[in-house]
Amino acid sequence: MAKRQYAFYPGCSSQKGASASNYLTSVESMCKTLDIQLTEIPDWNCCGASIGYGEAGELPRHVMNARNFALAETNLPGQDIVATCAACWLGAKESKERIEHSSQLMADTQEALKEAGLQIKVMPEIRHMAEVLVEDFGFEELGRHVKNPLKGLKFAGYVGCQTNRPFGIAGENFENPMYLDKIVETMGGEAVPYDQKVTCCGGALAFSEPDKAQAQIKDIIEAAYDGGAEMIVTPCPLCQANVEIYQGHINKKYGTKFNIPVLYYSQLMTIAYGGSAKEAGLDGQVIRAPKLEAIAK
Amino acid sequence: MSANQEMAAKYKNSFLKEVEDQVEMGEWVKMCMQCGVCSGSCPTNFHPGWEHPPQEIFMMIRAGKREEVLTSPSMWMCTSCYNCIVRCPRKLPITHIMHGLANYAHRLGVAPKNQPTRAFSTLFWSNAIATGRVNELKLSMGLYFKDAEGKINIGEGIKKGLAMKDVALGLLKARRLNPFEIFGGHKCKDQKGIAAMLKKARELEDKRKALPQSGASR
Repeated sequence: MAKRQYAFYPGCSSQKGASASNYLTSVESMCKTLDIQLTEIPDWNCCGASIGYGEAGELPRHVMNARNFALAETNLPGQDIVATCAACWLGAKESKERIEHSSQLMADTQEALKEAGLQIKVMPEIRHMAEVLVEDFGFEELGRHVKNPLKGLKFAGYVGCQTNRPFGIAGENFENPMYLDKIVETMGGEAVPYDQKVTCCGGALAFSEPDKAQAQIKDIIEAAYDGGAEMIVTPCPLCQANVEIYQGHINKKYGTKFNIPVLYYSQLMTIAYGGSAKEAGLDGQVIRAPKLEAIAK
Repeated sequence: MSANQEMAAKYKNSFLKEVEDQVEMGEWVKMCMQCGVCSGSCPTNFHPGWEHPPQEIFMMIRAGKREEVLTSPSMWMCTSCYNCIVRCPRKLPITHIMHGLANYAHRLGVAPKNQPTRAFSTLFWSNAIATGRVNELKLSMGLYFKDAEGKINIGEGIKKGLAMKDVALGLLKARRLNPFEIFGGHKCKDQKGIAAMLKKARELEDKRKALPQSGASR
């Protein structure tokens, strides 16, 4: 039996052929090393993300998350739900908090769930993978598996918003969370000083208001270069995509020459744990990371 | 009478009361002490700026500026970064209030018509609930080929699509965009159950909102 077992909530973007499919590849490799068993919640659904607010309203949003709670609790009793996507984690955690806080909302949620033949008996815990790493393992244990330290590589630890606010990782500071820098350093890399660490990438406005979002993304990338970073690393699929894929557009608009790879913490960890570039999903980068590929086993 | 007229008549001169009853987390509005930390912490407030940043909206609600608030594009500028929430000295759930106001204006049919984030929110939610999971290809196609009113506009779509060609190609090459998603793609098995569940949720939500109680009891 694996050392630790969780009810896994991969989220829409991590599915095969979707925008964060390389995140999932690296998470699977990382979990193999750490002896974590992730069992997908059967038939899980979308969390509604933050942007669903305009159309969805309150209860429909919460019941979408509640369905996942009920499915997890029925099929994988006693296991914490673990999400890798920042928005999935936030959306689910928010719904859990609201439903637990109001008996009316709980009753309404149960009534709606009944239509799908489901019911919440016990409310499961909702965790982000970064929380699992920091709290259930701790940096010392994470460091024990390092076989291929990321020596000499410089990373800007871009935490972004939704693993940091409003819930955050326990014990961290909203303005200057350290967990991501510590993961980078535990893997043998260098975490450069980075003053846009918790700046928003624009989130869903990258789709609807690209000029506004790209102005923010520009600041985020510029600061990474200013700090001397060769790569950016993040725990959030939307941060990853937004900061990576619009660099060409930003260059055209602002006359910059950005070309900086944007990776997930789990990709760094996979390489540091002795995994191959493929196992780390490095072939899924739109802007390739040659320096990381070069040291991969 | 439209939903908007009905609500305006019902609450007469108290827009604050209306917000407290009808808007998600609206009961917090009166707690604002006008310090402006939310506005100074908002990332989109500077690119190039909200028409009315959050603390201004809160004061306008108290001043009864119903139409100006509900028809404002401001709340739709929220990126859900939650910076205002964690910095607010009075712990107002500002992000949720902004979402709530936007959703209420949308429900009443008075939100600004060509507001792109409003359109994207509707597009995203309907995409997600259609099969239970987001279809990223259809989401981006919808984004380019539909205008803010949800009408298909081929000319605009091709223009916008071409502007995004390099981004799409980059994702295709990295196998992070799957052209075959157009034929269905990822989905939940129990779509029927999800549809029934959401129908009931909508029904209950409408019932609760139509029967306004005091903010504190919600």
